[in-house]
Amino acid sequence: MSHAAQILAALAVPVAGAFLIWATARRPVLQEAVSVVTAVALFGLVLSLAPAVAAGEAPRVALFDIVRGLPIAFALEPLGMLFALIASFLWIATTVYSIGYVRANDEGHRTRYYVCFAAALASAIGVAFAGNMFTLFLFYEALTLSTYPLVTHSGTEEARRAGRTYLGILLSTSIVLQLFAILWTWVEAGTLDFRMGGILAGAVSERTAAVLLVLYMFGIGKAALMPLHAWLPAAMVAPTPVSALLHAVAVVKAGVFTVLKVIVYIFGVDFLRGMAGSEWLIAVAAATIVIASLIALRQDDLKRRLAYSTVSQLSYVVLGGALATSAGVVGGAMHIATHAFGKITLFFCAGAIYTAAHKRLVSELDGIGYRMPVTMGAFAVGALGLIGLPPFAALWSKWYLVTGADDGSHIAVIAVLLGSSLLNALYFVPILVRAFFPATPMPVAVGRAEAPLPILAATLVAALGTAALFFYPQALLTLVQPLAGTP
Amino acid sequence: MIATHLPVLQVAVPLIAAPVCVLLRRGDYAWVFTTVVCWGLLAIAALLLDQVMSGGTISYRLGGWAPPIGIEYRLDGVNAFVLLIIAGTAALMMPYARQSVEQEVRPERRHLFYAIFLLALTGLLGITATGDAFNIYVFLEISSLASYVLIAQGRRRRALTASYQYLIVGTIGASLILIGIGFLYAKTGTLNIADLAVRVPALGETPAVLAAFAFITVGVLIKLALFPFHVWLPNAYAYAPSMVSAFLAATATKVGAYMLLRFVFTVFGVHFAFETLPLTEILLALSLIAVLAGSLVAVFQSDLKRLLAFSSVGQIGYLGVGIGLASVTGVTGALVHVFNHALMKGGLFLAAGTIAYRLGATDLSALHGLGRRMPFTMAAVVIGGLGLVGVPITSGFVSKWYLVQAAFEEGLWPVALFVLAGSLIALAYVGRVVEAAYFRPAPPDAEPVGEAPWAMQLSTWALIGGSVYFGLHTDLTVVIAERAATVLLAGAP
Repeated sequence: MSHAAQILAALAVPVAGAFLIWATARRPVLQEAVSVVTAVALFGLVLSLAPAVAAGEAPRVALFDIVRGLPIAFALEPLGMLFALIASFLWIATTVYSIGYVRANDEGHRTRYYVCFAAALASAIGVAFAGNMFTLFLFYEALTLSTYPLVTHSGTEEARRAGRTYLGILLSTSIVLQLFAILWTWVEAGTLDFRMGGILAGAVSERTAAVLLVLYMFGIGKAALMPLHAWLPAAMVAPTPVSALLHAVAVVKAGVFTVLKVIVYIFGVDFLRGMAGSEWLIAVAAATIVIASLIALRQDDLKRRLAYSTVSQLSYVVLGGALATSAGVVGGAMHIATHAFGKITLFFCAGAIYTAAHKRLVSELDGIGYRMPVTMGAFAVGALGLIGLPPFAALWSKWYLVTGADDGSHIAVIAVLLGSSLLNALYFVPILVRAFFPATPMPVAVGRAEAPLPILAATLVAALGTAALFFYPQALLTLVQPLAGTP
Repeated sequence: MIATHLPVLQVAVPLIAAPVCVLLRRGDYAWVFTTVVCWGLLAIAALLLDQVMSGGTISYRLGGWAPPIGIEYRLDGVNAFVLLIIAGTAALMMPYARQSVEQEVRPERRHLFYAIFLLALTGLLGITATGDAFNIYVFLEISSLASYVLIAQGRRRRALTASYQYLIVGTIGASLILIGIGFLYAKTGTLNIADLAVRVPALGETPAVLAAFAFITVGVLIKLALFPFHVWLPNAYAYAPSMVSAFLAATATKVGAYMLLRFVFTVFGVHFAFETLPLTEILLALSLIAVLAGSLVAVFQSDLKRLLAFSSVGQIGYLGVGIGLASVTGVTGALVHVFNHALMKGGLFLAAGTIAYRLGATDLSALHGLGRRMPFTMAAVVIGGLGLVGVPITSGFVSKWYLVQAAFEEGLWPVALFVLAGSLIALAYVGRVVEAAYFRPAPPDAEPVGEAPWAMQLSTWALIGGSVYFGLHTDLTVVIAERAATVLLAGAP
């Protein structure tokens, strides 16, 4: 199969899966099987494309024009490959997890749930493989729309309100700011292709570029830069597998991925570094890191605490791009991967606790470590990983980010990064302390009550991934190294 | 042989078919006959467009009399395109018509309904095809009078007041147009549009030309229902029978947009309208208010058909923006939107009619849980709604792209911003419908309803499917629209 055919197949597989899931609505077991097979097939296809990208090839395929001169086009490059690999791999884990979760919690509307999941993954792959900003935008919007029904899944008043916030912020920022910026870029630069070194250098005045940067950065609402982050905590009303895969990996990573794409391939790292009026982005990202962590400290709802932690961590990636240094961009790209594994582990644990013990609040978790030792062990792995302790993956991305800040002589940024790790510890460690060292001694004979097997298995896989990325960062590094700009 | 007479057949066929419908005396016969006629008209329109695209402007002399004495039918890229839109929507809606009309119109009136429908069609096609200014007025009256009758057939009594309101406002508009044409005739001695296009600019800015311009423009804006001349539209669309709402929403205002383009660009000329007179500023201001206000009012409607009607007020604003920008890209955007909006809004009104067919109501509260009970119809509403928002891969996205691009090219970035902001308001009203249908449970005492009949589905999905198809494959629409826009901006045909 040629690379072009593989790319198209990777997009077609989840779409076809969605149809099959819809067609098997009356046979739940078959439907679950179809979901798993689709996820595995997608990952296989994405993985089969990886060697070519690692070898420096850039397979392309252009379909038809929607606007004259602007085709729907796909082009593989390291960043997109990385994002696609993570999203499709974790989709397998999440699908297995979903099966356990949906059954144990007796969720309704299962067909809609699985269909939307597949549609969201198709959109995420489209974002990852997009060959120009126009195509990326199409799939970016599709991702928002396909995840909306998952956020409002339960149909309660709270869920509907959250859905409005979700759609409202994501679509309004993308239409009013991002699409505006894209059209402006198109009119000024005459192209929307992703090119190493950017397309804006020389095409627009510095002032226009500065305005465009504002429009793009806030227009990519999925990156959850403050003050446009409110949709992410709101989305926590969704079933936990949705929060885990979509609101810790696919959707939010599509956001920061787009940020990096824009910085690397639209602006160009060199152009951005030399540009007056880009310093604010570093400041906003740094502020988001700190403020979101502070808010996370005060959240008693476990999922909301994780959500604010995500808001904070996403800005690491934005910060990496904003630094506009080689190490910064590499660190940002790596953090997409390391945070994905760490945070999905934590969400899986939160869902497991909810399923097995029906607890949602941190203050209810006294001694939970005795009832659910495996789950809480995985939680410890995810939490320590995100704090940036060895032997877990986030250490590497933070390392590169600090190096990037140092290269750019941003001492304050280094302070923010280190301080943020401390804050991470402050909001994660107390959960572990509560779980394993409860204030009131637990009765001696506490029965074990772990979540169902599919949930447990998926959680362990994600936790192992966090550790594996620490011991084998080389594959990750090889993949993202070309972003540093050395051809 | 017959190919040379296609321009007149386009208008004469439905005109002759209307009395035949009366003679048929039975609703179902009349429906079969009207269906055949409409598909024939679509074939004619397609052939004409093909001729124009390959061979350039067609001039047809009615009865062999040479213009400017005789009446000329003159087809260029602009009106051939609009003819296709009108004939196409009419043809695609015919499968829907049978069951919908059977439910909404009394048996003894059904054949008359189809006769009047054909007359309305005659009027709209006539306005578009003719190359004679007075002829435009005549056909305008035919289409308007027929529309008043059609709207009055609505099942609720408010249809009568809605129709009456439209009659008053519509008559004012038509009269203004007639007065304007009278001024032009007095000054130039001709009614032929191609002839006027040569003579009117030569007159310069005389008071008579200014008066003619003012009368015609305002008259046409009333027919177009551009803010603040839109008051007749929401009631007319909301209370008309389903089939009529859909047909008028898809075609009537589009013909208004065509008249505006024809008079402003061809007769008066770009220089006069946009440089001597501040038509750009006026149109942009009115249109942007229409986009924002129309859409905003739509958000607060509690009835699906009224919501769609106010959405039309907003969407007409987009047409005004494109025309007001007076550039090739802008007019292209407007023309593409004429086409795309006809598909989307036609499809949406058909879907709303389907809901009315099953539920007897289109209140948003009646829609609760309908996503499960009428999955295909509601899916059509969602896709059509996304088109109104302008979400990528729907055709609504394509037209907005060109409009925003045109605004940027003119350096009017605030206009671009307003156009995009309008999408957000559209999102709010579409979101309300989606929420009601999918995320609110059906009331426990809700009567079980099934999906609509397949023929009604067929029409709805033909239009909605088209709106997605032309969102992906824009070659056809954009190429035709761009050529039409180039013709218009070049001045005299």
